[in-house]
Amino acid sequence: MDAMVIIGAGECGTRAAFALREQGWDGAITLIGAEAGLPYERPPLSKPLAGAVHRKPICDDAALRAARIDYLPGVSATAVDAPGRSVRLSDGRRLPWHRLLMATGARPRRLACPGAGLARGFRSDADAARIFAGGTAGARVAIIGAGLIGMELAAALRVRGAEVAVVESAAAPLGRAVPPHLAARLHARHLAEGVTFHLGAGVAALEEGGVILADGRRIPADHIVAAIGVSPDTALAEAAGLDCANGILTDRFLCTSHAGILAAGDCASVRDEAGVARRSESWRDARLQAETAARNMLGASQAHVARPWFWSDQFDLGLQIAGRPSTDQAMVRRIIAQDAELSFHLDGGRLVAAAGLGPGNCVARDIRLAEMLIEADARPDPSALADPAITLKALLRTAKAA
Amino acid sequence: MTDTTTWITACRLDDIEQEGALRFDHQGRSYALYRAPDDSVWCTAGLCTHEAVHLADGLVMDFEIECPKHSGAFDYRTGEALRLPACENLKTYPAKIVDGEVRVALG
Repeated sequence: MDAMVIIGAGECGTRAAFALREQGWDGAITLIGAEAGLPYERPPLSKPLAGAVHRKPICDDAALRAARIDYLPGVSATAVDAPGRSVRLSDGRRLPWHRLLMATGARPRRLACPGAGLARGFRSDADAARIFAGGTAGARVAIIGAGLIGMELAAALRVRGAEVAVVESAAAPLGRAVPPHLAARLHARHLAEGVTFHLGAGVAALEEGGVILADGRRIPADHIVAAIGVSPDTALAEAAGLDCANGILTDRFLCTSHAGILAAGDCASVRDEAGVARRSESWRDARLQAETAARNMLGASQAHVARPWFWSDQFDLGLQIAGRPSTDQAMVRRIIAQDAELSFHLDGGRLVAAAGLGPGNCVARDIRLAEMLIEADARPDPSALADPAITLKALLRTAKAA
Repeated sequence: MTDTTTWITACRLDDIEQEGALRFDHQGRSYALYRAPDDSVWCTAGLCTHEAVHLADGLVMDFEIECPKHSGAFDYRTGEALRLPACENLKTYPAKIVDGEVRVALG
């Protein structure tokens, strides 16, 4: 009996399992999840509601049953036999597959300094439960890394009354993905809320009760969190002989170096049309890749087209970014309210990215429209982009008429 | 037949952008009002059925509202969930325009 097997029951693996059924596959679908319980969404973990860690299931048992998905929680895949087309499970079983999807995700990167084991990474609901249980009023929490996760955690812990110190080796927070003027506003907001920053600071060692910086200073801390990014989980793929380089390498169709095995989500390093391999680490891309992978497992040849987009909530501010803004691009700013603004990023006149920051979700609509402009290959007039009186909907109509 | 529905004035039609949405709070509950491209008005529950995100911040295109966070989408006239991750329909409420005012029946 032909079976579809998916390793990894995060956002990507779970979506792929349902997508296979939605797209007409009638045979067996097995979804292997190393964690116990129902598959759950990771984005809400860094945004606890009303004090409790928010474990939001992606689906319930009834939905899994209705889609006839054989979900194996708390079971991990221990080996993939690529030529023999089977996978070995931690419970001793061997599952044959017709097509295999690797959706193994990523793991928090670990510090390399002495005492690194004293820091907790942030990825699972167990990590979140532990960190928020410790990060109560008055507790001192040191967060290593001022990327999106580090900054979201700093905000969430500060709101709960913890004394939060953020340690970052770069000169400014959020350097990787956020335009500098918006990163500066978020930084200022954290400072105003009483978060302490140690920027340009290396970590020499961790010890019980504190972080020792490279310059010898000691940051006292009851809890230490390492938020220095993630590494793709490629161990199984490498052992199976699949090509890996900062992720499981795939072509545009999400096919790995071995026929019949696909990879998608945070673990996959997907080549684009130009041959550049990239990992995306985003909720939406995990879902889009899942759907493309499902189609291609069923025999289609659909290329994955990356549509980078993410959001981040810090205090009452919401950040959204579409595309990949970079400082090489021309930038146009649009102020939409006293505390809300957008920036548009142009490459040779073409809109390639947009970013917005403001209270709540107030920039969401404009970022969505900017994304439609990007997809329409629009070359909007920069003065129109800067003018809040000209709606992006109007610019979109112009672009579509052109 | 007598109309026994209780209509509440929510806002002026001009308060809602054309092909736009507006948040409306009443008696501790939150709703979203929509002004369609044809200037008809509609009312739904305020929060997306996928996660508690207010739809009034979302993008209205034709008769569709898209959630500002997860891109789930609904037909705001019927409440029908049109796109994942939204799969549960949205509750809708009658709405009408009287003398340039938007009135809704939330009973």
